[in-house]
Amino acid sequence: MPATLITNGRVIDPSQGIDRVTNLLVSDGRIAAYDATPTGQETVIDAAGKIVVPGLIDMHVHLREPGFEEDETIASGTAAALAGGFASIACIPNTDPPIDTQGAVEFIRDRAARADHCNVFVIACVSKNREGKELAEIGQLVEAGAVAFSDDGAPVSDSELMRRAFEYCLMFDKPVLNHAEIRELTSRGVMHEGLTSLILGLSGIPAAAEDVMTSRDIALAEATGGKLHIMHVSTANSVDALRRAKSRGVRVTAEATPHHFTLTDECLRSFDSNFKMNPPLRGREHVQAVIAGLADGTIDVIASDHAPHAKEKKMQELDQAPFGVIGLETSLAVVITELIEPGHLDWPTVLRKMTVNPARILGIPKGTLQLGADADITIIDPKARWTVDPSKFLSKSSNTPFAGRELTGRADLVMVGGRVKFQR
Amino acid sequence: MVTAAEELGPVPDLWKRRHLLALEDLSAEEISLIFDKAEVFKRAMAAGQRKIPVVTGKTCVNLFFENSTRTRNSFSLAARRLGADTVDFSASTSSLSKGETFIDTAKNIEAMGIDLVVVRHHTPGAPQLLAQNLNCGVINAGDGPHEHPTQGLLDILTIRQRCGRVAGLTVALVGDIAHSRTARSNIWGLKKLGAHVIVCGPSTLVSPRWAELGVEYSYSLDDILPRVDVLNLLRIQFERQTTRPFPSVREYAHLYAMDRQRLAKTKPDILILAPGPINRGVEVTPDVADGPHSAILEQVTNGVAVRMAVLWLILGERAPVK
Repeated sequence: MPATLITNGRVIDPSQGIDRVTNLLVSDGRIAAYDATPTGQETVIDAAGKIVVPGLIDMHVHLREPGFEEDETIASGTAAALAGGFASIACIPNTDPPIDTQGAVEFIRDRAARADHCNVFVIACVSKNREGKELAEIGQLVEAGAVAFSDDGAPVSDSELMRRAFEYCLMFDKPVLNHAEIRELTSRGVMHEGLTSLILGLSGIPAAAEDVMTSRDIALAEATGGKLHIMHVSTANSVDALRRAKSRGVRVTAEATPHHFTLTDECLRSFDSNFKMNPPLRGREHVQAVIAGLADGTIDVIASDHAPHAKEKKMQELDQAPFGVIGLETSLAVVITELIEPGHLDWPTVLRKMTVNPARILGIPKGTLQLGADADITIIDPKARWTVDPSKFLSKSSNTPFAGRELTGRADLVMVGGRVKFQR
Repeated sequence: MVTAAEELGPVPDLWKRRHLLALEDLSAEEISLIFDKAEVFKRAMAAGQRKIPVVTGKTCVNLFFENSTRTRNSFSLAARRLGADTVDFSASTSSLSKGETFIDTAKNIEAMGIDLVVVRHHTPGAPQLLAQNLNCGVINAGDGPHEHPTQGLLDILTIRQRCGRVAGLTVALVGDIAHSRTARSNIWGLKKLGAHVIVCGPSTLVSPRWAELGVEYSYSLDDILPRVDVLNLLRIQFERQTTRPFPSVREYAHLYAMDRQRLAKTKPDILILAPGPINRGVEVTPDVADGPHSAILEQVTNGVAVRMAVLWLILGERAPVK
């Protein structure tokens, strides 16, 4: 494979504190040199005016296969990931059957290899069959390649099981990712409990349902020394609890989704099920708290919680439509438009949350442009203006809450292991 | 003598809607227009006119996914008195039990050549979903706890008739505010027309956040009784409650049932409404429900008139464009 020289791009790599215009040389699928001069032998990619970053990572993606291929497949989901600028994703095990056996982990890795789009890392179930009753065979799942454990979609409600999960994962040094929700407080809930749900008469999902579970998980992680990652943080009190836990040295990390730091529960006034997800869109004060948590480092990761659902499932009465929205193909642009352009966060801070931070949490050798690292690279056009048109998505589903939005910035090119896998 | 049809004239330009989904959407002028036209229909009916054929040739479907007798019959009667055809469609006898979706069911019905769908559904927003997906008109006859615009209209019309005005009155809605679409439609309509609204009931069913919309809230019926002009006693909607919001019906009735003792504490000319169906002995005792302050049966009469007005405004002849 000939070497590739990416010229004149602004290279930002938070893992090394790099932010400067340079020429980046890729050779043999690895990062080979900085400040390289062209020799005429390389394939040259002109990145003038562009931002060159470690291949982006989305650590919260529902690929739906096996079991829900009408919503997404491993092939379509990974194609959508590339189009969104992601060189690596981690997929969530709430499939049918759920990913709680070695065979299931191998199935996903095999399908991902055959699709040959982006890297796919497998998150496996905490509990057998995601039932929250007994631990899955975590040791064997680790051997098969699982990088983390989660029953996402369902919280681990049983505190004893959660405690055991933290303890047991200690010996594999793997994190437990939890969807923080006290189910007793959210039954039949459709949207955030607040003024808008009061007006619309829709059943509420109170912020306290997340706050209580976040605090419980923190207490259990603290007691066991286990690694906790709170998925899709959406409430002010959760952010606050995380901030205090981190200051005490608890091994806790957290992620936020683009929709939770941009949209509010008032979107539900349209009764559009593309605004229905769990955790739900919250009130303005929660959105601001999530942005503050991202800005001060309390929230480590930006992840999409890409949750595709076929149109026939979403086009139902609001209580019948499933929770979830897609995000792979809008995430980066929403981040640029809503976090960077208004000045909430700068480029290195944002990119840290989409590269090195998720890589460290998952313990994967990605998210860096260090010499010798896999040449996973995303080139971003920070100025491109475009309008979200769900019919153009590579995802099989179109359930985005950002349809029709004008956004700024998108990925122009994604390289995975030195090979250009996506080019606009 | 002018006929009702002549008195009505063409549908005024002020009315531009194809749907009636929520009173929150309506202006005070639109609400007053509905009332004025409803009174034309009411007078004509009182004068013995059985048919006022101003929407002949139109077909209305009652698409009901929740039980109803009063509202469905009221809409059917209203449509027939206007000369329209009506078809009843209830979820239990439909293809829904064979797995057809709500929207597909509605589209199939519309394909039979329907001008208007009157829909009742247990999910807030279901009528909006239909309005987005069908070409015909849609009237919301109750969407879960969200709105029931014609019920709100008939309640407020009854107040206007009995009290001679709406602006400046203090109207208390008492009971299961949390689960009541009637409460929400009343709140919007009353506020737009300038009334002061109090929502009253147990703290598990009355959110303090109503204050953010300019609505007073109270947990004590006894405290507010002396200063209210109108009481609207709402049913406890046991079927919508996920967890029990109060310890017992006995305790609820003790705190909120409108009985003779409580009636003695009110203004002498208090008006008492109940949207029905009423639970006698829970929200209201029989002597009060059947007493001189009660307008419960007038509400039912007004219901037909209001629905005739709404159907006519949506389906009736408009003045030719000049």
